[in-house]
Amino acid sequence: MTLIGWAQIALVLALVFASAFPLGHYMAVLFSGGRTWLTPVLGPVERGFYRLAGIDPRRGMSWREYVFALILLNAVHFLVLYAMLRLQDVLPFNPQHVAAMSPRLAFNTAASFVTNTNWQAYVPESQISYGAQMFGLTVHNFLSAATGIAAAVAVVRAFAGSALATLGNFYVDLTRVTLYLLLPVSIVAGAVLLAAGVPETLSAYASATTLDGGSQTIAFGPVAFQEAIKEFGTNGGGFFNANSAHPFENPSALTNVLENWLLLAIPFALAIMLGHMVGEKRQGRSLFYAMAILLTLAIAGTYAAEAAGNPLLTHAGVNAGMGNMEGKDVRFGVALSSAFNTSATGTSTGAVDSFTDSYTPLGGLVPLFLMQLGEVTPGGVGSGLYTIVVFALLSVFVAGLMVGRTPEYLGKKVQAREIKLAMLAVLILTVFILGGAGLSLVLPNGVSSLSAAGPHGLSEMLYAWSSATENNGSAMAGLTADTRLLDYGLGFAMIFGRFAFMVPVLAIAGSLAAKPKLPPSAGTFPTTGPLFVGLLIGVIIILGGLQFMPADALGPMADHFALRAGHTF
Amino acid sequence: MVSQIRPVCALILGFTLLTGLAIPLAFVGLGQVAFPFQAGGSLIQRNGRTFGSALIGQSFTSDKYFHARPSALMGTDPKDSAKQVATPYDASESGASNLAPAARALSERVTADLAKIGARDVPADMVTTSASGLDPDISPENAALQVERVARARGVPPDAVRAVVASHVAAPELGFVGAPRVNVLALNLALDEAGRGK
Repeated sequence: MTLIGWAQIALVLALVFASAFPLGHYMAVLFSGGRTWLTPVLGPVERGFYRLAGIDPRRGMSWREYVFALILLNAVHFLVLYAMLRLQDVLPFNPQHVAAMSPRLAFNTAASFVTNTNWQAYVPESQISYGAQMFGLTVHNFLSAATGIAAAVAVVRAFAGSALATLGNFYVDLTRVTLYLLLPVSIVAGAVLLAAGVPETLSAYASATTLDGGSQTIAFGPVAFQEAIKEFGTNGGGFFNANSAHPFENPSALTNVLENWLLLAIPFALAIMLGHMVGEKRQGRSLFYAMAILLTLAIAGTYAAEAAGNPLLTHAGVNAGMGNMEGKDVRFGVALSSAFNTSATGTSTGAVDSFTDSYTPLGGLVPLFLMQLGEVTPGGVGSGLYTIVVFALLSVFVAGLMVGRTPEYLGKKVQAREIKLAMLAVLILTVFILGGAGLSLVLPNGVSSLSAAGPHGLSEMLYAWSSATENNGSAMAGLTADTRLLDYGLGFAMIFGRFAFMVPVLAIAGSLAAKPKLPPSAGTFPTTGPLFVGLLIGVIIILGGLQFMPADALGPMADHFALRAGHTF
Repeated sequence: MVSQIRPVCALILGFTLLTGLAIPLAFVGLGQVAFPFQAGGSLIQRNGRTFGSALIGQSFTSDKYFHARPSALMGTDPKDSAKQVATPYDASESGASNLAPAARALSERVTADLAKIGARDVPADMVTTSASGLDPDISPENAALQVERVARARGVPPDAVRAVVASHVAAPELGFVGAPRVNVLALNLALDEAGRGK
């Protein structure tokens, strides 16, 4: 660890934390139907969308209508992407003559992008056409991010008003967040990336004659704009196989800082937005602090583990000064790589600028654990906020049990129905993560996917199911993912992890929205201040994390002690 | 149910045309007009020959060139499609070794490379494979260890090579972001040009 390394990490976090406040305020205005400085330009576009779609923007939806519209849009969009991938060989913009994708890989990829997971079982350079990247994957990057944010906004509205019958209009929320937030920032960031060296071209791959006399084919394509929304929408599906480690996705340390900011900006800002929308900014700040503390500790942990290097290589005669450089590029170094991969698993992005399979066991445990916590540090766009709200409900419930009072959160009484749904949402994902990983590790065609022997093999499979179910999308990429078992198994895990969580949460929102908003009384447990932040962090770690401790002990922890003892596998 | 089909289909169609077609194509246009070099992959062309990309590493094996980091890329053997062979710096693909720190294959590979280098305490980037498999850079310490070999192969004094290396060390951005590094292709091109100048 070096002072300069810490300074780089501090720079990334400072940019993110500072931007969360204005961005959160902007989003609160946006979702309250107010005018923003972009309204003069985008207002006509927005109204055009409503006319085309026959939407009355003032009409609210009950929670059931909201869920129905959300699921229907995502189901249709899933089918559209599946069809595009199956037909990409005949669709336009395919100078590399990429063949149609196989049914099972197209299913996995469509499930992956519609759920904002962006798990890459495919090799983009040879398996996705430019056209499918543009009007398939890029559009999903926008709409899956907008879907998550819309759901979070609906949940926040449930707390903002008294005795509400509706949670807002899903189509309006989706349209507004895409037009006023995702699109403008992606255009600006995409242009910056383009200027910094990220390609944007429809030409076929270039051929070069290398200095040493060999030949080299260089893959590129329309990357810059897609790269921006890939990070900003916490999607994470790379234009290239190496994802954000590829010099054409991430050419310098500064673009790395920009991309790291992009993927953290909205999830933190949403917490601030909550404070504005419920009319008490401190409430948003306490969620923000819990997220910020957990992420900062996690990045520090990864960096400390990676900076120490690989003891086996140090012993063999490698200088430990640069840290663990297997699977990392020189221009980023260990500090920025650790910050990026930890941020991308603390959000549901799953992008990587270095390869987690080659991280030290503890450096790899941190990203794994962040996913298992339920993606709340700060989580995906939208999904992070509605998940931490679930944890907040459980926290006030736990506090209520201790003092014997009916818990309240943001002025709404939290009763048996909400707590049952919250526990269902938290526990249901564990079934897929531990059940799926366990099953894959006893089936012969699951075990044959592993690249590592010993405890690291368990880590690889556990990582894959955690990543898919929590809609992260990063991988310990030595795993062979394009098999029948994993294409279908992880595909269903992604869909289940996204919607089997979101629907109970929106049901909680519907139930809370209908309740009257109570003024705080002397018996109200305060949900601001260090006591609550501490309690919330405790509940996240104990409820979210503890169920995975045995599995994590057998994988990364055992791997760590074996490595320290000098064992190889 | 039926009443929801129109908004759903219209929004998917509208956003596909806007974010999936109109804006990406506008970006391609912007690239051609404002940033033709970057948009086209930062290709280095001299006298009608494309040497590679300024951002993408390439494989060097000759003693007179500085060598890039090991690359983990594998591809199909052109002679036998059932076999996989090492295809270092094949930029039609990208990726890492994904070897675990405790993998025997990693320790064996590094030990063998260290024996070839014949030095102790070598910089880590010299014997580890990169994340992209296409890392264009090496550390200044890695370059320093190669100076003697390159100078000998070129028949020039080591100090002359050292001077070219020094002029190609890029400092961290803004003084502290990222790592100091040397772009191997740019360095080797400069050495060739310096050689022709004499």
